[in-house]
Amino acid sequence: MSTESVTLTIDGSRMEVEIGTSLLEAARMAGIEIPTLCHMEGLSSYGACRLCAVEIGPPDKAKVVSSCTYPCEEGLQVRTHTPRIVNARKLLLELMVSSTPSSKTIQDLAAAHGVTQQRFRPENEDCILCGLCVRMCKEQMMAGAIDFAGRGPDRRITTPFEEDSEQCRHCGGCMYVCPVCMLRCAGPAADSTLCGGCLIACQMPVNTAKIA
Amino acid sequence: MRAATAPVREIALVDTPEILSSPVGRIIEEHHNDRNDLIAMLLDIQDAMGFLPRFAMEHVATSLEIPITEVYGIATFFKYFRLKPPGEHQCTVCTGTACHVRGAARVLREFERHLGIRSGEVTDDREYGLETVNCVGACALGPIVLLDGDYQGQVTASKVPTLLRRLKRSAEKKPVAARSEAAA
Ligand code: FES
Ligand code: FES
Repeated sequence: MSTESVTLTIDGSRMEVEIGTSLLEAARMAGIEIPTLCHMEGLSSYGACRLCAVEIGPPDKAKVVSSCTYPCEEGLQVRTHTPRIVNARKLLLELMVSSTPSSKTIQDLAAAHGVTQQRFRPENEDCILCGLCVRMCKEQMMAGAIDFAGRGPDRRITTPFEEDSEQCRHCGGCMYVCPVCMLRCAGPAADSTLCGGCLIACQMPVNTAKIA
Repeated sequence: MRAATAPVREIALVDTPEILSSPVGRIIEEHHNDRNDLIAMLLDIQDAMGFLPRFAMEHVATSLEIPITEVYGIATFFKYFRLKPPGEHQCTVCTGTACHVRGAARVLREFERHLGIRSGEVTDDREYGLETVNCVGACALGPIVLLDGDYQGQVTASKVPTLLRRLKRSAEKKPVAARSEAAA
């Protein structure tokens, strides 16, 4: 083993990866699918959605971490689909559906992960604060026109001083990456906020990564 | 108003009289124009000027060569930072968890009623400002209210008028009632 690489075990299979690789990247290299929402290639990892959660460490002392932000460590044991993880993802998706029922991306993810109940009051927000647009604007468009502001319940994405930004070139990159803006789920007149209609009706292949 | 202003970068680069007469430039220099000192810089600016004026934030962003969004994000994240000028006397109601369960909401409502303003606002005569914070580290004495930075413990709604009167007396200004009527 060279000093530039670490060996770890993901779902029982040993693999050697370069230092600095995230657990998510390593798992994807090994062909293991981990759902993500706030991660996108070409943008830095932010760790907002927690959908990419995995379990690390020995089973009796397992810790749940977000794989997109966690770097591979020597000898680490990683499990990506334990019942605990599957349940955690389901709950996260249930919460996300209740906050933004109009997002097709989130509805599809929920359907693909077998979310069949909706126990939370729907909020009809139009933002889940995943920060994709912020990173797109800053890292790919080199504009930095929008960012998070406020804290806690007041946290929102906005331009400085809530005015039109001079830095914005109207490239539309922020809307392109947004899981809520781009694909609006009209819903096949679903009787609850939980839809899952596309998955069943169109037999649309739901890719747990980005649905383009 | 928007159209009349030049791009942010240019405004701040020109040393407007506003900036020249303010301590902003000096403070940035004291922190060696270092991005890692951003929060400390903003703190110093607020201490010197009482709040964070927009031009100061723009100036900081320009001289650190970071997007203004970053400065704005930090300034809005921390409760301590104020984007508007404070009142002459600042009433700060703690609405942290401990104070909340002891009835901070009622205390806050009482302040709002007496001053005729809502939390985060300043009375029209700039005399009183009202704001909330999340925990000031004296939970055992909650609900806590800070009057011009002075800790008042176990405040109840019925004590609010007395507190305001005391605040006014210490400032030797006209009665609160008349003032809030004027403001309303
Ligand atoms: S993809 Fe890792 S936290 Fe969102
Ligand atoms: S919650 Fe008010 S002082 Fe801690």
